[in-house]
Parts: sequence; C-alpha cells; structure tokens
Amino acid sequence: MAVRSESPREIPRPPVSERIGPLAWLKHNLFSTWYNTLLTFLVLWLLWVTLVPFVEWAVVNATLAGTSKADCPADGACWALVRVRFHQYLFGLYPVEERWRVLLAFALLVAGMVPLFLPRMPRRILYAIVLILVYPPVAYLLFAGGRFGLVPVETANWGGLFLTLVIAGVGITTSLPLGILLALGRRSSMPVVRALSVAFIELVRGVPLVTILFMASVMLPLFLPPGVTIDKLLRALVGVSLFSSAYMAEVVRGGLQAIPKGQYEAAMALGLSYWQMMRLVILPQALRLVIPGIVNTFIGLFKDTSLVTIIGLYDLLGMAKLITTDPAWLGRAAESYLFAAFGFWIFCFGMSRYSMYVERVLAAGRERD
Amino acid sequence: MAQDGADRMIVMRDVHKWFGEFHVLRGITLEVARGQKVVVCGPSGSGKSTMIRCINGLEDYQRGEIVVDGIPLDGDVKHLDAIRREVGMVFQQFNLFPHLTVMENLILAPMHVKHMPRREAEELAMFFLERVRIPEQAHKYPGQLSGGQQQRVAIARALCMRPKIMLFDEPTSALDPEMVKEVLDVMIELAEEGMTMVVVTHEMGFARQVADFICFMDQGEIVEMAPPAEFFSRPRSERTRLFLSQILH
Repeated sequence: MAVRSESPREIPRPPVSERIGPLAWLKHNLFSTWYNTLLTFLVLWLLWVTLVPFVEWAVVNATLAGTSKADCPADGACWALVRVRFHQYLFGLYPVEERWRVLLAFALLVAGMVPLFLPRMPRRILYAIVLILVYPPVAYLLFAGGRFGLVPVETANWGGLFLTLVIAGVGITTSLPLGILLALGRRSSMPVVRALSVAFIELVRGVPLVTILFMASVMLPLFLPPGVTIDKLLRALVGVSLFSSAYMAEVVRGGLQAIPKGQYEAAMALGLSYWQMMRLVILPQALRLVIPGIVNTFIGLFKDTSLVTIIGLYDLLGMAKLITTDPAWLGRAAESYLFAAFGFWIFCFGMSRYSMYVERVLAAGRERD
Repeated sequence: MAQDGADRMIVMRDVHKWFGEFHVLRGITLEVARGQKVVVCGPSGSGKSTMIRCINGLEDYQRGEIVVDGIPLDGDVKHLDAIRREVGMVFQQFNLFPHLTVMENLILAPMHVKHMPRREAEELAMFFLERVRIPEQAHKYPGQLSGGQQQRVAIARALCMRPKIMLFDEPTSALDPEMVKEVLDVMIELAEEGMTMVVVTHEMGFARQVADFICFMDQGEIVEMAPPAEFFSRPRSERTRLFLSQILH
C-alpha cells in the first residue's frame, strides 16, 4: 500500500565487528566453543559418510545414456531408465498419439488461471467460479474423448503425473468448498444439519483413506444394481474428495472459532443475511487465518493420491512401481522411486512457497492492526 | 413518554429473559417515541446491554413483547430483517470489519442489503464520513485508526443504512479519555437532528445534555425513569441515590 512509503524504516545493521569476512563468520557460528567445534566436526563427518557416496552414485558414476540395464554401471545410478520411460511417468499408459490432448488441457488451465493473478482484475471471484464450473467438463472431454471426433481413452489408461494432477486437482477444488460447508454445518444452530456434519466429519476422519478407497472399489459395486457400473477413477475421486473435505472442515472451523463474536453481531445488526455475513465478513477473515492449515491439507491430499495404486490406478508412484517390474530394467527400483519422489516434492514445495507468498501479500495489505 | 400509537418507535412490554437459570431481565416495560433520546444507566450486570440488544434481536427473550416501529419482534425472520434495517447499532468494541477499508465497511450493507449501486453507496458513505469528520480516512483500514476514529466510523457505518433508530451500547467505554469527547460530539449532533436514540452509557454529562429521560436499571429491572433534571436532583429510589453517589464525585 502507498501508506507504507510515508514512514521509511531503517533496517538495523549489525555492528561492524560482526560483519568482517567469512573467517570471522565461521569462528562466530561454527567454532565459538569447544562443543560447537565438536558438533561441527561431527556433522561434517556425517555428511561425508552419507552425502558423498550418494553424490558418487547419483551423479559421478551415473549414466543418462543407454536403453537397458546392460548399459548402466554397477556402482552408479541408471537415469537412462528415467530418460527412456519419461513419457510414462508423465502420462502413464495414455496413447502416445493422443497425448497432445492432455497437454492442451493443462495449457488451457494455465491460460485460464492467468487473469486470477492480475493485480487489478475486476470480479475475480466470479471469474474463478465460472472457471471452476466451465473448465472440468472441457478438460474431461479432452482427456476422455469420445466426442467431436476425439478417440475415446478409458480412464484405466490415464496415469503417471497426469493422473496424480487430475486427482489432486479435483480433490483440492472440491474439498475446500465442501470443507467450508461442513465447517459451517458443524457450527450451525440447526440440530439436524449440525448432527449430520459432525457425523460425516468424525466418521470419515476416523478411518484411513485406504479403507475408503477399498470401500469405493470393492464394496460399492456390491450395492449397485447389476449392470450399473461407476468408473473406477470416479469412485477414487469421490473418495479422495470426501476424505479431504472432512479434514478441511476442521481446519476451517478453527478459523471460524477465532473470529470474535462482535464481528457476527455487527454483521447481523447491519441486516446482512446469514450467507452474506459468512461470505462478506466471516469467511474472508477466517480463511485468511488458516491459510497454513489449508495448504497443509492440500499437500497431504496431493501425496495421498498415491494411495490409488492400491485399487489399480497408476498415478506417478504407481507408474514408478510398474516400471520397476520391466525385465529390461530389473533391479533399478531406486532410480524409479527417487524420480517419483522428486516429482511429488516439486509440487508440494511449490504449494508451500506459494502459500507463504500469499500470506505475505495479505499481511502487507493490512499492516498495523 | 409516547402518547399515540403511530409515534411509538420502541415498545417493550413486560420483557423477561433468562440466561440459563439466571433471570437477567425481570419485566422490562419501556416506550420510546419518535425523536426521543433515552439514556440507560446502572451498575454492571444490571441487564442494560442485554435490554438494548433485545431491541434489534441480537438477544432473544422468553416472555413479554417487543414492537419496533409497529413491527413485532416475534421470532418471524422477516420481521427481524425488517427491524434490523430500521435499527442501527454501535458497539463498545466498535466491531469494524478489519479486512475491509473504512469505505468498504460503510458501503457493504447498503450494497448488499439495500442493493444500492456502488457509486451511490460511496457518495452516501462520504456524506456520513464528513458528518463524523473523518473523510480523509476513507481508504485506510480500521487497524490504522485511533479508537475514537474507529468509533466514529462505526457510527457512520450504521447511519449509512438510514436507520430510524440508533442503539448505542456503551460507545465510549473502550476509548481513551481524550477520545471520548469526539465521539460524544457526533452523538450530540445526531440527537439534535431528531434521531430516535437509546444509549447505554455512564457519561452523565451527555445524559444531562441530550436525554429526554434517563432510565436507571438494577438487577434486571427498570428502577427509575425520569427527565434528567428530576433524575439528578430528586431521585426517588434509594438504589438510584446510591448509584448516583458512586458515579458523580
């Protein structure tokens, strides 16, 4: 805000004696006492015995060239595996000649989200809601095909990072609104709404996600009339979304409880309806308070998607595992799993950094209160 | 006191309220006519705030009857909405919305409750900000203002809904002493313009200057109700005399 420029603040600098040279820094930070010196050497030794062999294996002796395990050194990582199968880590068993559809759908998403990050975008919320309503059918059409001359691709062939992003994306976009509704329901003055919300949250939180996925894939078909089938991926999506919405509900409830009673009263006294009060006054404040918790849940959800392997879907981790079973690369599991781990880490780290950025921006908008 | 029906803005008849076992309002009967100013005082815990909060339905009551500008407050949601449109309220803790600027605080209800176009709402907001003498703060956040300024914004926010009645629940109790006057001055101006006001306060100077009658509450009852001159010089009840001796030094 412009207000800030009115009061330029001096950044306090350390006294001169502490700012001289790297040697002084070393002495001050690493060798200040005899036990700090001891700890420094201990840590250096630990790094030596762990990091050095790892770097030797992963970088120095590793190879990126080659087409099978025969081309790989015995004492180095075989990244050739990742190079050769790279497209499968990304797309799973999605037909090679149709992969442009997946890329197009993700390009559309990125393009569609650009306006959300423009600083002076009017009606941002409305645009976001339209995007959330319009994009999924478009993306589904591109992914699944079957219309407008697009070759159908069964969801069983969706896989790799692509599938991970689909499950995580659907989970994230449905769990936040559902979680908000459940949190409001849990604090509602209507006994039936409250009881249902509490029952749902406590039931879902009380069982592991694996159980829910098993239920969805094994139990659900038993209760459906014969001939009716629900897509396996759809069942997984519903399971993951409901599971994370229960966690989200509790995060949001924490935020709601932190809002002083006076805010509710002032909103009511002004004549706002319940939904107006929540939308305009309470939720903007409550959600802002719990951004770290929300992102924490998102990150958990992103990693939990790997559990769909259990019901036979091949997400990034599932693909990594499947690839290790290829006889041409037998015995090279570590490379495959490391690469999958790296993929998960990139996205989770990205989310974490983004949430820190958002918190900083929001804090700057209302300093001094 | 009010005479004919059309001019009775607030009518409370034998209102009782319990918080659990605690009988907090014990048969409140009060009538406020259009344009009248009532100051409510009494020791803490006497039910003053609860009484005033019943008038716009922030608290419910278990027995008796409340009618605001002819609309009964009877549990019907439509009636409650109608009453809240006509009654503005100012709180001890200001209760401004900290995530919105002063201007956004002021235009929120006119835009969303009365569906007023933004430009019109902003003009109205500026008009009232000038009335409370802080137009230059329109684009700051509440946290950047002093307590006195925040309370004046809160008054302007309530006025933007063009209420017929204003309720003040200890509006100066949370302020530093040097800021009390700027808020009271705004309230005095409002009173002089003929606003119907119910004010819970211990500012006896304000009461003397503005009130049509003063209402002394103790233990959930209205003990004494009288015009200021009479109230201060010839209090009838022993409890009133004791209270006055404690707050007037």
